[in-house]
Amino acid sequence: MSVTILAVAEQRNGEIKKTSFETVRKAREIADGLGGTFKALLIGNSINDTAKELGKYGAGSVIAVNNDKLTHYSTTAYTKVVGEIVKKEGAEIVFFPATALGKDLAPCVAARVDGAVAADCTELKIEGGDIIATRPVYAGKALIDVKIDAPVKIFTLRPNVFPAGEPSGDEATIEEASVDISDDDLKAKVTEMTETSKGKLDVTEADIIVSGGRGLKSPDNFHLIEELADVLDAAVGASRAVVDAGWRPHDEQVGQTGKTVSPALYVAVGISGAVQHLAGMSSSKYIVAINKDKDAPIFQIADYGVVGDALEIVPVLKNELKKTLGK
Amino acid sequence: MKIAVCVNHVPDTETKVRVASDGKTIDPSGVNYVLNPYDEFAVEEALKIREKNNGEILAVSLGNDSNKETLRKVLAMGVDKAVLLKAAAEQDSYSVAKAISEYLKTYEPDLILIGKQSIDSDNSQVGGLLAEFLGLPSVSVVVKLEIADGIAKAEREIEGAHEHVELTLPCVISTQRGLNEPRYPSLKGIMQAKKKTIEEVDAQQTEPRVKIIGMKSPPEKQPGKIVGEGPDAVPELVRLLREEAKVV
Ligand SMILES: Cc1cc2nc3c(=O)[nH]c(=O)nc-3n(C[C@H](O)[C@H](O)[C@H](O)COP(=O)(O)OP(=O)(O)OC[C@H]3O[C@@H](n4cnc5c(N)ncnc54)[C@H](O)[C@@H]3O)c2cc1C
Ligand SMILES: Nc1ncnc2c1ncn2[C@@H]1O[C@H](COP(=O)(O)O)[C@@H](O)[C@H]1O
Repeated sequence: MSVTILAVAEQRNGEIKKTSFETVRKAREIADGLGGTFKALLIGNSINDTAKELGKYGAGSVIAVNNDKLTHYSTTAYTKVVGEIVKKEGAEIVFFPATALGKDLAPCVAARVDGAVAADCTELKIEGGDIIATRPVYAGKALIDVKIDAPVKIFTLRPNVFPAGEPSGDEATIEEASVDISDDDLKAKVTEMTETSKGKLDVTEADIIVSGGRGLKSPDNFHLIEELADVLDAAVGASRAVVDAGWRPHDEQVGQTGKTVSPALYVAVGISGAVQHLAGMSSSKYIVAINKDKDAPIFQIADYGVVGDALEIVPVLKNELKKTLGK
Repeated sequence: MKIAVCVNHVPDTETKVRVASDGKTIDPSGVNYVLNPYDEFAVEEALKIREKNNGEILAVSLGNDSNKETLRKVLAMGVDKAVLLKAAAEQDSYSVAKAISEYLKTYEPDLILIGKQSIDSDNSQVGGLLAEFLGLPSVSVVVKLEIADGIAKAEREIEGAHEHVELTLPCVISTQRGLNEPRYPSLKGIMQAKKKTIEEVDAQQTEPRVKIIGMKSPPEKQPGKIVGEGPDAVPELVRLLREEAKVV
């Protein structure tokens, strides 16, 4: 009997983010490698049209669960839905993006369906019919290879690691499924959502991050970081020192007790490069450091370093990039 | 109100990780273990809730004798009772959550507070698993919390937004930086903690389900080049980013 593989995609306000496409693409590749049946799952309300988009990234069919009680996220209700679909489809392998939603949902689903989760995977390979997952531990200071031994094997995939690839012209077939949601299933529910980043990218989702540290001297200079980030379509990050000082919101903090990121480009401005900071960003593909101290540890891992005063360098860098990028 | 807080005992953030000779774990020599940083927020929140609502706080840690150091610390911060669930070295989130859930079934807390994530295994799983094993609702990555009349109102951090979540007690709440400022143990607290006993119980054993096959160091990042000094280096930096790295 062939194995059934499910990828749980995520939509917010009818929009699917890149992380879900990455997950669907990788899950499809694993499903093909195992010779299994592959379906994606999307949960929400009136999301059939949105669901079709997953076809462009390799989902031939998408199970769409529509219910007005599922418009907003609810850990308890979404756990029920995924749990029931996993059981109904007889899925033995389930993928989630390791987003706020995926990380929240995956362990709950695992408990419901007698499964276990390999969290935040950065590499997946098939060996002798098993999936071997690589995942960072100690904030990336080490990597472990793991194998899941449970009836349902669940993997959450770190954003920005697996390429979503170019969208094809394919449209997914929609299979509607209904799941009853009672008040009891809504013991936890989202009542409201407040934007914290004014439409800006979160550091975990960004291809480019411009981060600032204490070397910027004052919160009033952070506009330099924001403007540079704007030119690069980048997210703004921060060291813990400036978060602790109240210069920046803590959801921008990169590091061992902040967010772990692996963008294509990480620009560290006025950041010394303490181990806790490096732990969160050293897997970035390219690292640029701007620091006035030529002996700052950040230069040990930077691909390109510029020694000097950030307050002088950053505006020049912004203008130069603006010019070359034609902005 | 009965509050349970789960506290993990982990290598501190300064730790230079070296793979041990078994090829699966870290070499513990020279490693300093501490209360998991995210669990400090859970403990602090429990103390604040008790200040308002009275009641009792029980700290639970699963591990070995060395976890007592962490339990001692949270007792010194003001936790009332502490229990060590003694377990074998090899654990995963599933086995930890299972054992803690079995223990908490007898304690019947109104609220369970845990950290967002252990900074060793970086799993962020125990909260969700624990909640489901106990049949309770949960909310993770909480940066704001209010509890009144059997309802918890929490703000949870998601990408670029906060979700405002309402849930009924008893429930499991995982705490994130920003929720509060953890207090330091007072001298009086430290003295009192010395007199308290830490209960020791054998944890219910479950086979770990996520098996570690091997551990390796990440590919080492080689230091690159200093492009130059001051604003004059900018044109060359931009050229490298475009032509060599091809990232802009
Ligand atoms: C338990 C624990 C957890 C932690 N977790 C994290 C974490 O998750 N993330 C994190 O970032 N940190 C974390 N830290 C803190 C970490 O140890 C450092 O204190 C912090 O990263 C330093 O921030 P910084 O580089 O901005 O400041 P500093 O270390 O003060 O460095 C400022 C840098 O700016 C340079 N500079 C000064 N003026 C200029 C100028 N005009 N132009 C250019 N450069 C200039 C200086 O040369 C210096 O290198 C943690 C610490 C602990 C104990
Ligand atoms: N061995 C343990 N003993 C007690 N609590 C734990 C243990 N492991 C994890 N936890 C709790 O669960 C949270 C999430 O951990 P994890 O799922 O391991 O990332 C931690 O912040 C702790 O509050």
